[in-house]
Amino acid sequence: MTDADLHAYVDGLLPASAVQRAEAHLAAHSEDAERVRAWREINLALRSQFNPVIDEPVPERLRIRPRFSRHRRFAVAAALVSTGIAIGGIGGWMTRGTFQETQQAANPLPTFARQAAMAHVVYAPEVRHPVEVGADQEDHLVRWLSKRLGTELKCPKLGAVGYELIGGRLLANPNGPVAHFMYQDKRGSRLTLYVSVQRGEARQTAFRFSQEDKVAVFYWIDGNYGYALSGELNRDVLLNVANVVYKQLNP
Amino acid sequence: MDSHPIERHIPRLRRYARALVGDRYAADDLVQDTLERAWNKLHLWREGSDMRAWLFAIMHNVFVNQVRSRRQEVERNMEELPVIAVRGTQGQELEMMDMDRALAALPEDQRAVILLVAVEQLTYEETSKALAVPIGTVMSRLSRGRERLRQITAGGDGLTSLKLVK
Repeated sequence: MTDADLHAYVDGLLPASAVQRAEAHLAAHSEDAERVRAWREINLALRSQFNPVIDEPVPERLRIRPRFSRHRRFAVAAALVSTGIAIGGIGGWMTRGTFQETQQAANPLPTFARQAAMAHVVYAPEVRHPVEVGADQEDHLVRWLSKRLGTELKCPKLGAVGYELIGGRLLANPNGPVAHFMYQDKRGSRLTLYVSVQRGEARQTAFRFSQEDKVAVFYWIDGNYGYALSGELNRDVLLNVANVVYKQLNP
Repeated sequence: MDSHPIERHIPRLRRYARALVGDRYAADDLVQDTLERAWNKLHLWREGSDMRAWLFAIMHNVFVNQVRSRRQEVERNMEELPVIAVRGTQGQELEMMDMDRALAALPEDQRAVILLVAVEQLTYEETSKALAVPIGTVMSRLSRGRERLRQITAGGDGLTSLKLVK
């Protein structure tokens, strides 16, 4: 009996013809019998610990097929265009009529702010799955998104202006990972903070404002990161919140 | 939504990743990276071949590529485990923490073999294909890994009993 045979015996991989021989061997060799018993218990302990994972609901972020399927991506894009959110060059002419006239010409949104508005439109109305990780796990959320973005993120506290964190999720844009935090006030109105890696753009900007259909966006770039605060609010209310966010991120 | 074979394997990929990585969210990160690659490489999968083995092989590659950058994070998470264990007074909870810690003490290559064989119940040949190593290597990692687990779990400090709570 080789060690490999004994392992195969434990794992149920020994040919039926050899099982009896293995059992005879173990009956006669107590040390081997003890090892086999321990290995078997390890197998059982591992299974009893990890098998329950099978029955857990699969997190939404792992159901990624739609995001990667060309067909679905275009469907989402089309839906966004129809709500008046421009997507790059195509959107420009398709939705020209719905933009607030001057802004588009004078101040084309940096890509990340446009993406922030899109993310807001897609996720803010979600009833069942607005976030991936809830505010009850805020520490984990911040640690996780910080790791993915490669920086130490801060998650602003907006209770003073009436908004509580619901949670956040990881998104992607062409520059890489995006941290997306969502807040809600007592009436259920939602704000999202979109934090994206910036490449090859201005290192520092003042607040800028853009109105994308119903969504107002304040956005700024600070170092390697772009920040965009989006909500269906009027400009002054949102500016007030944006100031609070900015101060907390830059104490 | 569950019609595609890849999606049907997600629960098993999660189980393996959880055991391999230890931390729930880091494990799902690994699954997510694996799935992204799988969807992108789906045209390379041969119809009729074993999709589960193919997915485990992809996950293994992703894991190996990431293991260095993730190691610190995982170790930090492992350090948090004793804190959780303090809460558990029932045998089973402590035993689970012990398996997590015992696994964390194994080198990744031995951990992968043990989990594929013991939890995923792959044959040695399937394991050898998933990890792209010869069967002899699978057997020696299995043997060393199991002996190490046996020593760790036989530590005899009262918390490490492997007796299953039924």
